[in-house]
Amino acid sequence: MAGSYEGTVWKFGDHIDTDVIIPARYLVSSDEKELGKHCMEDIDRDFVSKVSPGDIIVGGENFGCGSSREHAPLAIKGAGCSCVIAASFARIFFRNSINVGLPIFECPEGAASFETGDVGRVDPAAGTIENVTKGLTFTIVPFSPFLQRLIALGGLIPWVREELEARRKGA
Amino acid sequence: MKRTLASAIIAAHSSEKGVEGEICRVKVDFAFANDITAAPAVESFREMGAKKVFDPRRCAVLPDHFTPNKDIASAEQTKRGKEFAREQGMLYWEVGRVGIEHAFLPEKGYILPGDIIIGADSHTCSGGALGALASGVGSTDLAAVWALGETWMKVPSTVRVEYTGSRPGWLTGKDMILSLLGRIGVQGARYMALEFGGEGIASLPLDDRFTMANMAVECGAKAGLFLPDEKILAYAGERAARNFTPVYPDEGAAYGRTERFSLDAMEPAAAMPHSPDNVKPVRECGSPKIDQVFIGSCTNGRLRDIAAAAKMLEGKQVHPDVRCIVIPATYEVYNQAMERGYLKVFTEAGAVVCTPTCGPCLGGHMGILAAGERCVSTSNRNFVGRMGSPKSELILASPFTAAASAITGRLTDPRDAADEKIFAYFEEE
Ligand code: SF4
Repeated sequence: MAGSYEGTVWKFGDHIDTDVIIPARYLVSSDEKELGKHCMEDIDRDFVSKVSPGDIIVGGENFGCGSSREHAPLAIKGAGCSCVIAASFARIFFRNSINVGLPIFECPEGAASFETGDVGRVDPAAGTIENVTKGLTFTIVPFSPFLQRLIALGGLIPWVREELEARRKGA
Repeated sequence: MKRTLASAIIAAHSSEKGVEGEICRVKVDFAFANDITAAPAVESFREMGAKKVFDPRRCAVLPDHFTPNKDIASAEQTKRGKEFAREQGMLYWEVGRVGIEHAFLPEKGYILPGDIIIGADSHTCSGGALGALASGVGSTDLAAVWALGETWMKVPSTVRVEYTGSRPGWLTGKDMILSLLGRIGVQGARYMALEFGGEGIASLPLDDRFTMANMAVECGAKAGLFLPDEKILAYAGERAARNFTPVYPDEGAAYGRTERFSLDAMEPAAAMPHSPDNVKPVRECGSPKIDQVFIGSCTNGRLRDIAAAAKMLEGKQVHPDVRCIVIPATYEVYNQAMERGYLKVFTEAGAVVCTPTCGPCLGGHMGILAAGERCVSTSNRNFVGRMGSPKSELILASPFTAAASAITGRLTDPRDAADEKIFAYFEEE
């Protein structure tokens, strides 16, 4: 999660579930680009045509609740979004996002400050979220040291690869 | 340190202490995926450079969501999961022998008291009915478990849910879990575990406990657990595919909070569109007209659920404007329902009986809703578009309520559609 993210904000409410992020009828593919074509379609039919590369999704409480489909963070990536900011995330969505490399940031006040069309900027290294349009800056709830390590490694896949290497050498 | 059931199970599987809030590496007893989540897990597994799953007898792929395959794309996807399972010598059951994963695996003794179970499906928490710490993850997390036999887990704080009083025959586990959702909401237990207990639970049949554990995830929880009592130990003992060691919480463990319910004050409940926590007593929902009833899913497709629907529909007719779809969750349930004559009751009443599958529950197939249609479903989620058109509506309720509604063509409290005598059968156990 190096670098920073800046983009136009698309604001959604509380409890955005994985069925609206990517409806089950599209789960016959796990291709990011393919899934991205249908991201958020049941809540906003035109979302995919309006969103530009680098845009930021902002949600309320419990973002990503519902099914365990990893297709949900993949669809958000596939639609071109750079990251998601929310007041809180549902547990499985949280794990999945870190595992597939979708940057997510928990920040209740920051999330509340945004409206659709605002420009948002996230600086993970500084731990800040800026509502550029409104001139406000907020602090991100930091990840635990374990998760920071996982993210720094590039997600779960490289982490397991290292672990397997270490086991091979140890054996 | 006094432990809750969740932290005691974690401590038994980890070299760490299992203190709340701590991130622990835990050994996993069983890890599975379905026809949707297996294919991406296989891809991640290969990318990890893994060659062999940690133990093929503890890893499984179960085709249940879009199966029997509904189209070419789902057939290709299912095939990728099956080929991997065969290559690895893992457990795999073909359509005709399998069932919905969360109903099938406990039946076959792969989910056992004291276990840590990881499934690439959010309703993996159903296994908590047997006193296992069972939790859903995504495909990449599952792939890591297949590769390492371990996962990381944050030790959750626990909400203890206590039941007192006695349960009338018409009150089901579904009404109990919906009532909890109505009180605490869809994030009422986010990042936490639920632990169900109290004297009101002792007589609760296992099938109802599965229903309750199943919907722990709807409360945002990581797991929903029951303490392994005699009923659970007898069930697991008869079926166990391997050895197991039940785990119990310490007396006086510190709970995040406690929610108390009296079963005497509870009523048949329904979750109205479009959230599982939009819960009201059925009699206060205004009897909306319906177009479809679905009785099945990993929440309510077990034998007692099918029996409840059959007792309601016996000698009655499904309303002429309603499609009533009944799907036993597994073949064991299907065959028992056949032996007991329930399937005949359904077809004579004008209901459809389908082969075990998730089917309509996730808007997959075999019962998709059109715009403007409304369905009473025994499943667990009524999000926008869950069973088809984003303009359709879903109401979640118990098998009694669903069957009563199929008869009247409107959302109906079971006590208003049947002779009280039929509920007597459900008071036993
Ligand atoms: S029955 Fe429904 S909730 Fe259960 S596993 Fe299948 S799709 Fe998921």
